[in-house]
Amino acid sequence: MKILVPVKRVPDYETKIKINGEGTGVVTDGIKWIVNPFDEIAVEEAIKIRDAGTATEVVVVGIGPDDVAAQLRYAMAMGADRGIHVKTDEPVDSDGASRVIEAIYKKDEYGLVLMGKQAIDSDANQTGQLLAARLGVPQGCFVSKVEFADEKVTVTREVDGGLETIRLPLPCVLTTDLRLNEPRYASLPGIMQAKKKPMDEMSVADLGVDLTPKVRVLKMSPPPERQAGRKVESVEELVTALKDEAKVL
Amino acid sequence: MSDILVFLEQTDGSLPKASLTTAEAARQIKEAHGAGNLHALCLGKGSAKAAEAALSYGFATVYYSEDGAFDNYLAMAYAAAFEKALSESGASIGVAPATTTGKDFFPRVAAATAAGQASDIIAVNSDKSFRRPMFAGDVLADVEVTTDKKLITVRPTAFGEIAAAGGGGKTQELTGVSVPENAGEFVNLEESGGDRPELTAADVVISGGRALQSAENFEKYIYPLADVLNAAVGASRAAVDSGYAPNDWQVGQTGKVVAPELYIAIGISGAIQHLAGMKDSKVIVAINKDPDAPIFDLADYGLVADLYDVLPQLTEAIKSAKG
Ligand SMILES: Cc1cc2nc3c(=O)[nH]c(=O)nc-3n(C[C@H](O)[C@H](O)[C@H](O)COP(=O)(O)OP(=O)(O)OC[C@H]3O[C@@H](n4cnc5c(N)ncnc54)[C@H](O)[C@@H]3O)c2cc1C
Repeated sequence: MKILVPVKRVPDYETKIKINGEGTGVVTDGIKWIVNPFDEIAVEEAIKIRDAGTATEVVVVGIGPDDVAAQLRYAMAMGADRGIHVKTDEPVDSDGASRVIEAIYKKDEYGLVLMGKQAIDSDANQTGQLLAARLGVPQGCFVSKVEFADEKVTVTREVDGGLETIRLPLPCVLTTDLRLNEPRYASLPGIMQAKKKPMDEMSVADLGVDLTPKVRVLKMSPPPERQAGRKVESVEELVTALKDEAKVL
Repeated sequence: MSDILVFLEQTDGSLPKASLTTAEAARQIKEAHGAGNLHALCLGKGSAKAAEAALSYGFATVYYSEDGAFDNYLAMAYAAAFEKALSESGASIGVAPATTTGKDFFPRVAAATAAGQASDIIAVNSDKSFRRPMFAGDVLADVEVTTDKKLITVRPTAFGEIAAAGGGGKTQELTGVSVPENAGEFVNLEESGGDRPELTAADVVISGGRALQSAENFEKYIYPLADVLNAAVGASRAAVDSGYAPNDWQVGQTGKVVAPELYIAIGISGAIQHLAGMKDSKVIVAINKDPDAPIFDLADYGLVADLYDVLPQLTEAIKSAKG
């Protein structure tokens, strides 16, 4: 079984995001880019599944401009076997991403797609589910545990009421939650090896995918500022303030 | 003229707050559109009763199905039912709460109906433009869904509850939903449960962070305070990752979003990912021993103190203040 792991490049989660002057996007100059943390968890899990003998190959796919190659190389330095870079300078919404990944999936024989439950930039939480529906396969989203047996995968999902376990036939799409694993760091030898691993490049047009967005950003604005209140000196002062001022007790 | 179909979560025949606030968002979309009807879908055991209850909110048709296929949640089954109800109602806009259920199955419906989906909206600008947070709430984006069919998931805490509005509607059993064979099977649900109010609906939330150091300390320091305030308990990612609190208590960008009357953050530093889940709370209290912790930048009341010293005292003081 081959595992396909889509990898998105996002601004480092510690970056203070600034909106550009026209309000049409965020300022990307000088931003530190990272692999979306949930995708990193997906890469880690895929490597573990391969190393346990359940899969033969881990293929990472990225969509975006030339420098997205850096995030694909990072995933390969962690241990992914090869990369596919689908090049575009256009904005890609969740739907567009799912169609590109669908096209890549259909070019080869994959048994599993593992990806992040959400990208920490657009926070849309859609791509994995869109992809699963397009492929006509089941999904296990927000997973914190993955186990294979008898051509099936049993996953534990982090849901609002607690932990839900479901069993799915393969192929399927799984999306990762935070507790699935702790991704390894890319080692120095890993980084050296990654430079020699194969990377296919192609354009969106090569795949015949139309990226016209179904959801378009019209305008971005900063959230309303919340005023800092005051420090209180003691428990008594706090309780008095909550009772008499804020009137929440 | 477009009709709107709302997915209403229900438990044993009753509609939780998130369903009523999602319905309110749908009502606002209808109002912006200026015409059309609101319909709803309830699934699973008790859905017939929930559908009856939903009629008092002005829905024209409330579909329900107690078919065994919906006893437990499975994405492919729920998506198939919603698609069926969409075509029966003729609705071209679908709305669901951005709970783990709505987040999970709604994009499948989007793919099946060639709709664009706006996720986790916090405001309705028009019948095609919606406001939603991005970048952990650092950005509020107005997004346009450009397709004829539109799907929307709603942040339940961002809207009020829909008001009761005359009857005249009817319930209708949804039949003939075909669930694909590869939908998978439900194994079990381990509920974290307890008798506390539900986190996203509670008036008061007490959250603990890494500083609590253990599940035992959550029990010893956080629970008693939550008890006197009839509060729900939340946690930072660090506290959940370390096993001090169950996963579904995580408040933040990638956990639950809460907006109670009172939020008390205890031993939580105030990372942007945490703030994304609680900064719309009405009154925020922070207790932290570091006077420079970022949580103090947005707390209405900050107490610089060691939690282990002040929490028992605070619990007692609130108990007597409440009489
Ligand atoms: C992809 C991604 C998603 C994330 N999603 C979320 C999310 O949804 N929710 C979330 O919360 N985080 C999330 N995080 C993590 C977030 O970045 C922070 O790491 C986390 O919120 C920190 O938790 P904390 O405040 O409990 O711990 P810390 O940052 O370690 O803070 C502990 C605080 O306790 C104080 N303290 C220590 N001892 C005491 C004492 N005795 N008395 C009083 N105060 C004390 C310290 O001064 C400190 O401020 C996410 C991160 C990533 C990368």
